[in-house]
Order: sequence, then structure tokens, then C-alpha cells
Amino acid sequence: MAVSSRRRVLPGFRLSLGFSWFYLGLLVLLPLSGLFLRTFTLTWAQFWETVTSARALAAYQLTFGASLAAALANVVFGLLVAWVLVRYRFPGRDLVEALVDLPFALPTAVAGLTLTTLFSANGWYGRHLEALGLKVAYTSLGVAVALTFIGLPFVVRTVQPVLEDIDVDVEEAAATLGATPWQTFARVLFPGILPALLSGFTLAFARALGEYGSVVFISGNMPLRTEIVPLLIITKLEQYDYAGATAIAVVMLTASFLLLLAVNLLHRWSHRRLEARSGH
Amino acid sequence: MSIIVEQVTRRFTEKGTPAVADVSFQAPAGAITSLLGPSGAGKSTLLRLVAGLEVPDAGRIHIDGVDCTSMPVQQRGVGVVFQSYALFRHMTVRENVAFGLEVRGTPRAETAARVDEMLRLVQLEDLGSRFPGQLSGGQRQRVAFARALAIRPRVLLLDEPFGALDTRVREELREWLHDLHTRTGLTTLLVTHDQQEALEISQHVVVMSEGRVAQAGSPEDVYSRPASPFVASFIGGASVLRGQVRSGRVAMGSLSVDVPAAAREGESVQAFVRPHDIKLVKSPVGAVNGHAATGRVERFKPVGGYVKVLLRLPTGDEVTVEVPRSEFDALGVAEGDAVRADVRSATVFLGDYAI
Repeated sequence: MAVSSRRRVLPGFRLSLGFSWFYLGLLVLLPLSGLFLRTFTLTWAQFWETVTSARALAAYQLTFGASLAAALANVVFGLLVAWVLVRYRFPGRDLVEALVDLPFALPTAVAGLTLTTLFSANGWYGRHLEALGLKVAYTSLGVAVALTFIGLPFVVRTVQPVLEDIDVDVEEAAATLGATPWQTFARVLFPGILPALLSGFTLAFARALGEYGSVVFISGNMPLRTEIVPLLIITKLEQYDYAGATAIAVVMLTASFLLLLAVNLLHRWSHRRLEARSGH
Repeated sequence: MSIIVEQVTRRFTEKGTPAVADVSFQAPAGAITSLLGPSGAGKSTLLRLVAGLEVPDAGRIHIDGVDCTSMPVQQRGVGVVFQSYALFRHMTVRENVAFGLEVRGTPRAETAARVDEMLRLVQLEDLGSRFPGQLSGGQRQRVAFARALAIRPRVLLLDEPFGALDTRVREELREWLHDLHTRTGLTTLLVTHDQQEALEISQHVVVMSEGRVAQAGSPEDVYSRPASPFVASFIGGASVLRGQVRSGRVAMGSLSVDVPAAAREGESVQAFVRPHDIKLVKSPVGAVNGHAATGRVERFKPVGGYVKVLLRLPTGDEVTVEVPRSEFDALGVAEGDAVRADVRSATVFLGDYAI
């Protein structure tokens, strides 16, 4: 991170740093500043009214709530999938590997349509869930399901390489010292994979916050109930309420940025603790 | 606290040769027993079977008179030290050593006292708050020893504990382990491929080859009285001379040695001669009979305190001879010179045996 006086094998620190700034500026900062500028066409009162309307508040709540739930679900099950892929050799393993990446590649609208079909009242899953009194399609639960689907690869792919690095000797040593399998996991393995797990969580969470395509189909888009923030923004745009749309976008952007920053700081802290401990 | 292994077999594949095949041996209580053999001999698998990290397909394992063949690893009370150290890198040295005590719910004060005691034992009192990544290889391995000993194991199992260390540290730790063993008196099983290590610090040596016990006995037994051509060639780096029995002796060129009583006339034999069991004499003339042969110095190389001489006999056989440096200088031979080789002793086996 800091400018190092040590001679590097690959030269070009200044050039590459300059280009990185230029690239990020052009691609990220410039459009975002435009967004902020646009909201300045509103008065402070108008802005406040737009971003704190009941409809907007309900949308924030749904978006952040469902994204959080989806990211947490992915942390648990993504870790499980990564574990199985790293630790076991079984027929069909390559197929599972490929399936994990599928949510990356699939157009999100396709995912949304598929999930809606499955979970609607007469779909393959929906039919049985309905019988249990559980409605998924067109509810906030459906939103969380869609967000879980698109976030799965992030946790699996960040945790997998870290798990692969863990020496089986370490687990065996713990066992010979009398640790139960659970103690070995909780005290020996988990601290090592925590930073990667946090990274995966951040990525899945960020991805879910901005997701639009898959959610609009399964949510039913009912204002105050199943309307996510990205959809609210689109709705405003379609009504030519550009300033209103950007106002909500600004709130979303700021909140997301602060959250991601917080998670990243947490990540760095946990990583540093581990780094300090491994003495690198 | 002895370890008794009875007819243990472990195979990793359905077909093919087992990693450990029908192995029986005893590690006497309070002694260091070495499992010595080339890589792939099954010695590490055998250690893992004793530790409970592997389950035997057949046979029984007794530790301290208790049959623990099917006892889970957690309950065996074995202290294991791995070649890779296997330290918990997110824990300090203290936390590493305390781990085994904490998971079994030892009271805090007792744990702290035991950890202090262990750190003193391995001379790492000052490094308790360091992390494994901040220690040298030798220090890490001592932490691993402290961690294994903290739980008061019934036996200590060491899997190539010094294999990843450089020669000097290895030799230091070998001495250290010897001292440690004298102080703790723990029954110890040491897996090693380093014969020097095995002969130096163990009271009992089990030589293994291809999943089986080739010979078990005291270091002196396996070194001086090898039971098979394998043991003779594996330990001590002997040269092999081949010949046939002729009227009760075996002649290999001008060299002839006694043969076992069971030898028949005309049978082929192999004589294993250790590098330091040959004395070189400058003058090839004179009595060239009995335990002596003429040879030509092919090349020589000073290695520390001695000089390694490669001698070619008239029969075409090559013999490695180790001559102390001072003796070599006094001898004053150059490459290509003819010398006489007096064989002090040789181990003779009947039959042809390919190494």
C-alpha cells in the first residue's frame, strides 16, 4: 500500500497507480458525482420529503433486511458447500463446481423468472410450501430467496482457496490433544477462515443491495410491502421524476458505501490480527 | 507404558501392497524406539495407527497394557509431534501449549502452571506471547513438543520431528530430545529415515522395508549384525561385492572372505563391506591374500574429517572407502594409483539380492 523504496521486479508503480486513479475516477467517481449534482436541483425540504416518504422507508428496510438475510444464509451454506468441495472427492464434484458459478453467468431476469415459476402458488416448490402455509413468491421472503441465489458463488469462491490452504496435520494435532470435532472446528479452523468468510459476506451483501433483475419478478413489486429500492428508483425514472430518483439513489449509495466501509474495516481488523499472528 | 503392536495390517487400496503388512513389534516402556526405513516403508502409517489417526484393517495395538485398537484418538492420551509442526498459527505459543488442557476443561490456574512448566522444559519461557510465525523452525518444533507433553501423554509419538530442519539445528535438537527423554522418561516412538538419528538416540530400532519389519533390535544389533541384505545395505552405506563359494571361502578377485557354514560349493554370495571397514595400504606388492585386494583409486573427495575414496577392484566392483583425513594424507595416493585394500570385516549373505 505504502510507496516502497525496495526495488520491485515489475516496475511501473507510478504509472499503474496513476492509471488506477484515472480509471476509477472515470468509471466510478464521475458518474456518481453526476448523481449527487443532480439531487442538488431539489431543495433540502423536497429532498428530505422524498427520501423519508413511507414508501421509500419501506423499500430501504426491505432491501437492506433481505440483503442481510441473504448474505448471512450464504455465509452458512456457502461455507458448507466450500467445505464439501475442498474436503471430499465424490462423483459429480465437477458438476457441483460448475453449478456454484452458474448464478454468476445466468442473466438475472432468467433467474428471477425461474424462481418465480418454482415458488408461485402452483409451482414445483410453491405448491408444497403453500400447503405448509408458507408463501414465498410475491413476499419479502421471495426477495430474500432471489438474493440468496445470486449471492451464493461469492462466499464459496472466497472461502474455498483458504480452506484448501489449511493443513490436515493441524486438525489431527488438535484431535490428538483431545479436541472434539466441534472444538477443532470452532477453535482451530474457524479463526483461520473468518477473514475470507467476511470477504464473501461483503461481496454477497453488496451484490444483493444492487440486485434488480431477479427480484422484480419474484417480489410482485407492491409498494410498501415488496418493493425494493432499485425498483423504486426505476419507477421514479419512468415517471420522469429524475431528481426524486437520484435523491433515493444518493441515500442508497451513501448507506451502502458506509456499510461496505464498515465491513471492510472489520475485515481488515480480523485479517490483521491473523497476519500479526502468522508474522508476515 | 509400553506399546505393543500385534500383526497390524493397513491397506489404502483394495489391491496392491498394503502400507503396513502384518507388523508386530514392541516399544519397551521408558525407552526411545525408532522406526527406521526408507520413505514408503510404512513407518509413518504405523505411527499414525498407534496414534489412532488411522484404523488398522487387522491386528491389535496395546498402549500401556490396554487394548486401544478401536479407541478414538482423543482418548488415547498420546502426544504427537508432526514434521510440519502443525502449530495453530492464530494462537500464541502459550495458547498453543494450553490448547490440549483447555479442551479437556482443566482449571485455569492449573493450566497456566502447567504451561509455565512446559515452556521451561523446552526453554521458551520468554517467547510465550509470540506467534508461531515469529519463531524459527527449531523453536516451533520445541513448541510442538511442549504442546504434546502438556497433556501428560502416556506415550510420545514423533513423526520425523526434525525432518524439516537444517543439519545443525537437527543435531542440536537431537541432543535436546535425548536430554528431554532422560528427564521425562516417556515411552517414545520416533519415525525417521535418518539412520544416524535412530542409532544415536534410540535404545531400540525397528528397521522397516515395504510395510514389514526387516529387523528389530538394539542399535548395535542392527548395525553390526544385520539380519538381511536390505538392512546391511540400508544401514551404514556398505558396498556390495559378489562372488562364488570356492572350497569353503568366497573369492572376489584376489579378495577372499569366510562364508557361512550353510554355503554350498559354487553358490553365489554377496559381501557387504562398510566404508570404514577397509584399510588402504599404499604398496600393492607384497602379500595379496586373505582379506586383502588390490584396487585402483578411481577418485577421492574430502568430506569434512575424512576422505571418501572410490576404489575399483580388478573384478570391476566399486568399493567406497572412508579414510580419516590424516591417514589419507600419510598414505599420499593420487587418482589412478594402485593400492591394497585390507578388509577388516564383511557381512556375507547367500544368494543374489538386488537392492
